[in-house]
Amino acid sequence: MTLKAQSSQETENLVGTIDETFIDNALIENTVIENTALENTAQSSKPLSYRHAFMLVLKRDLTIAMRHKDDIINPLLFFVIVVTLFPLGIGPEAQTLSRIAPGIIWVAALLATLLSLDRLFKSDHLDGSLEQMLLSPHPIFILVLAKIFAHWLITGLPLLLIAPLLAVLLHLDEHSYTALLLTLLLGTPVLSLLGAVGVALTVGIKKGGVLLSLLVLPLYIPVLIFATSAIDTAALGLPYSGQLAIIAALFFGSLTLAPFAVGAALKVSTN
Amino acid sequence: MWKWLHPYANPEVSYHFTNKLLPWLSALAAIFLSIGLVWALLFAPADYQQGHSFRIFYIHVPAASLSMGIYFAMAVAAFSSLVWQLKLADASAAAMAPVGASFTAIALITGAAWGKPMWGTWWIWDARLTSELILLFLYLGVIALHNAFEDKNLAGKAAGILTLVGVINIPIIKYSVDWWNTLHQGSTVSKLGKPSMSLDMLWPFIFCFIGFSLLVGVIICLRFRNEILARNSIRPWVRELVKNNSSN
Repeated sequence: MTLKAQSSQETENLVGTIDETFIDNALIENTVIENTALENTAQSSKPLSYRHAFMLVLKRDLTIAMRHKDDIINPLLFFVIVVTLFPLGIGPEAQTLSRIAPGIIWVAALLATLLSLDRLFKSDHLDGSLEQMLLSPHPIFILVLAKIFAHWLITGLPLLLIAPLLAVLLHLDEHSYTALLLTLLLGTPVLSLLGAVGVALTVGIKKGGVLLSLLVLPLYIPVLIFATSAIDTAALGLPYSGQLAIIAALFFGSLTLAPFAVGAALKVSTN
Repeated sequence: MWKWLHPYANPEVSYHFTNKLLPWLSALAAIFLSIGLVWALLFAPADYQQGHSFRIFYIHVPAASLSMGIYFAMAVAAFSSLVWQLKLADASAAAMAPVGASFTAIALITGAAWGKPMWGTWWIWDARLTSELILLFLYLGVIALHNAFEDKNLAGKAAGILTLVGVINIPIIKYSVDWWNTLHQGSTVSKLGKPSMSLDMLWPFIFCFIGFSLLVGVIICLRFRNEILARNSIRPWVRELVKNNSSN
């Protein structure tokens, strides 16, 4: 009990201006979920199954996200505003816009993901629950994967849902809509996975934000290239399954490798 | 092999080893570079198409391939540091990163300088130029991450993980950029293929290449020595060294 009070007080001190009641609620919720998980393991001799651990972390992260709706809405707003800036900067000609629409949407998606990455581990690191997670007997791989999946549900999925609207604004070729959605569906998880490595490396650093973009953006280049090319190819009415297959390969590659790197990086960051 | 290698995990032993290595490496580097560069820049025949401007390749090509090579060396160091917990491997990776970044920058600048008379522009989005630029970003990321940590041990580990992630990504980035380039760009640029180099052009190139590699070795040894001293500054042997140096 005292421990909990301490940690919540610390968070309040650190966060300061952010609405304190929300944080308290979220914290209590975290501890409750974690406690029930721990009790489960303590009472039943059978250890918590991987699937159960995954679901618990996922549920916890989603609950916290639902209590901070700004974290979901702000990156989306950023995405929309960045995309609206381009026609203003380039000019309203439909032909030019439809030519550069795939690139704009994807670059904006990269930046929006980058902006939202910070919340993946930061608050957990500040209130100490990240260390608890690392100390738990479950493989870090599972827990990290759950956190990344939650992050994608919170940030990647909304991007996917709002992208068609932006495509209309940018006069994207009508043949390209399926390609746009498919590339976003396969590509945004890769962004979350690779980004998680960068966040895990910078979570212990005070001013990690700018550094994070320097670390992560070069790694995003292959996704950007193949995704925009798939959309362009679709606009010409040609098959784009090759590009999709490569993005899928990138997805599965990062799905299997990135959580290991994240786990190792978290161990370094939390020391 | 392990029996032969394991004394070098001790900072003091490696420090003295690099000390012994340095004069040899520097002398060899000086010999090879002076022969190679003089031969390449003054005596090698001019290219029949590109004239004298091709001579920059005697610097450009070694710098470009060394920039890749140093990254892989860093990855090997990072891997051994993660697997065998060798602190010195971190120190060597930290010593290599800025050298690699500088050589990448040299490759880019000399490439641009060559591109101006040949292609008529300082920069084109050629596949090799682009992937070299991205390699520079990866280097700068590693260096920035290294500088961001106060604790050098943590910095080494974090930078090591990033290096390994980068080394997995380098081939992917390289091929995606190649593919992107062939897709977007017609044959507006006649790429420098690999025409069979005549022997009197090849020999100076080999000298330059070996010379630059040795130069990289010298710089890395110097930086590695400093890293060792900086990380062990409270050890008695370092204090003794400083005392002896100042009394001389």
